Amino acid sequence: MRRFIEKSVEKVLMASGAITSLTILLIVVFLFRQGAGLFRNSVVEENYSLAVNKTNPVEKLTPEEIKNIFDREIVNWAQVGGLNEDISVFRLNDITSYVSEEALGEEMQFLSHHLSEIVDTHPHIIAFIPNEYIRKDFKGKVLDVGKITPSDFFAGKEWFPTAQPAPLFGLLPLLLGTLWVSFAAILFALPFGLAVAIYLAELASTRTRAVLKPVIELLAGIPSVIYGFFGLVVVVPLIQKTFDLPVGETALAGSVILAVMAMPTIITIAEDAIRTVPRATKEASLALGASQMQTIFKVILPYCVSGIMAAVVLGIGRAVGETMAVLMVTGNSAIIPTTLLEPVRTIPATIAAELGEAPTGGAHYEALFMLGVILFLITLFISILIEIISAKQIKQQQ
Amino acid sequence: MSIISTKNVDFYYGDFHALKGISMEIEPNTVTAFIGPSGCGKSTFLRLMNRMNDLIDHTRMTGEILIEGQNIYDKTVRVDELRTKVGMVFQKPNPFPKSIYENVAYGLRVNGIKDKDLITHTVEESLRNAALWNEVKDKLKKSAFELSGGQQQRLCIARALAIKPRILLMDEPASALDPLSTSKIEDLIFTLKNDYTIVIVTHNMQQAARVSDKTAFFYLGELVEFDDTQQIFLKPKIEATQNYITGRFG
Repeated sequence: MRRFIEKSVEKVLMASGAITSLTILLIVVFLFRQGAGLFRNSVVEENYSLAVNKTNPVEKLTPEEIKNIFDREIVNWAQVGGLNEDISVFRLNDITSYVSEEALGEEMQFLSHHLSEIVDTHPHIIAFIPNEYIRKDFKGKVLDVGKITPSDFFAGKEWFPTAQPAPLFGLLPLLLGTLWVSFAAILFALPFGLAVAIYLAELASTRTRAVLKPVIELLAGIPSVIYGFFGLVVVVPLIQKTFDLPVGETALAGSVILAVMAMPTIITIAEDAIRTVPRATKEASLALGASQMQTIFKVILPYCVSGIMAAVVLGIGRAVGETMAVLMVTGNSAIIPTTLLEPVRTIPATIAAELGEAPTGGAHYEALFMLGVILFLITLFISILIEIISAKQIKQQQ
Repeated sequence: MSIISTKNVDFYYGDFHALKGISMEIEPNTVTAFIGPSGCGKSTFLRLMNRMNDLIDHTRMTGEILIEGQNIYDKTVRVDELRTKVGMVFQKPNPFPKSIYENVAYGLRVNGIKDKDLITHTVEESLRNAALWNEVKDKLKKSAFELSGGQQQRLCIARALAIKPRILLMDEPASALDPLSTSKIEDLIFTLKNDYTIVIVTHNMQQAARVSDKTAFFYLGELVEFDDTQQIFLKPKIEATQNYITGRFG
């Protein structure tokens, strides 16, 4: 009987391990599958096409060019490799300025005929029209815009998922926003965190430590939305006033909040690392007439440098994935940041903010999953880095 | 004139009375061995001589320890200066995670010496004195961790010698080493005696007999017998010493 129970417990443990691994694998596969779907989407909106006059030499337009043409930022065909002529833009609801409503017929039955005529008679036109109105006898030239390419995504400098006719899914502003905010956060958090870790591990009395340590650990338990709230009410106005900015919601505000949030992680890991320095090594330094400070900076810190690196990387990991607090204080404008005093938008904040309004299965939706994939790859890379560092640390201690 | 002189030293770890009224005189340029069973207080006593026990919380000492006539527990004494005069080699080799060269140079650097030629010269001299120079002269920039245990311990001795102490305290310096490395360390102690006063804690009777001029036997926090090594090992005056040396307890 006992044997039987032990056997079944063993099976249950094995099964839970297997189920957990499978679930994680499934999530990853799902993420990648959805994300990869982005590259099966056409550059222009689904079921729409771009058409030009047959005489127009332009054959291909990039998503950016399309957006700029329809935003009237590109106004001459010469700018996109065509003739030196002004571009006239045509959207379906412009139809009434070309033909009267009566001519279209009661049920719009003549619409496709007129569209064909308009494109044919206006040599410099570009028309954004639904595929259903493009008949076989269409007299214009339908542009081959192709599918969204990986380079549109990975090297794209603009994130404009709701732009018509061609939404832009450029990763760079979001990726740079994320890295920018995270690294600045670590830059703030590292000196303070390290100082606290050194103090806790080497200088604090047992009693101070007994008070300080739980407080710091409590810091890690505060929900991130509270940090965001604090940032919005305290940090953002402070930054706005100090730097005399139009808005205080900047990368700087995000990094300050993230620094505070990453601090407990950095302190705890770094303190543990400092504590692994053997007593004998410290004593060897002191026995040579070194002061306590000399011992800390010349022996203890070099000894546990890989542990401190692990703390930093883990802190970055925490910062990269943080969503809520960052969403609340960074201003969320998807532009490539040049200074810390500009609003930025991070990958997790983008996913959180946009997933609700992106139509399921559409290009926007899949682009958000692709962002998820990128985020996953970043954190995966960070975990691998931690593994390598701690493996090195263990080797060093042997 | 003795270089180390202790008067009625009592030492407590919290409530535990670890050393009881130890008085001892140590002559310059001698090797003194402390022997006794584990927990008898010999290492504690050794660590009082460079105030290493200051680092341990909840400890208390009474009595006096004079080094070259100065009470080292006097409030005016600077501990880091004292430790440059009284060097220490530990039980396990404990090199710093630095190059061989930097390990030896460390003591000089933390004591404010910046002259590169002087440092290089002292590093070589110390490594020669520690009988390690020939083995490491081609890899001074390599990490100290690449050396064998015995080499690491000699590196630690070189490191202690570099700051030119008057006294060298050795806390079971060969206990973690193989017989060959041990004998190298013992030869080294024998030559170092000319320039330094050495106090060595050891569990190894033969080692004490081989290297020391004087031997002190500690038992339960008391100094039972302190005499010339020959006397202690051939004709101890006290029965407990006799019993310990012959291996009847301990």
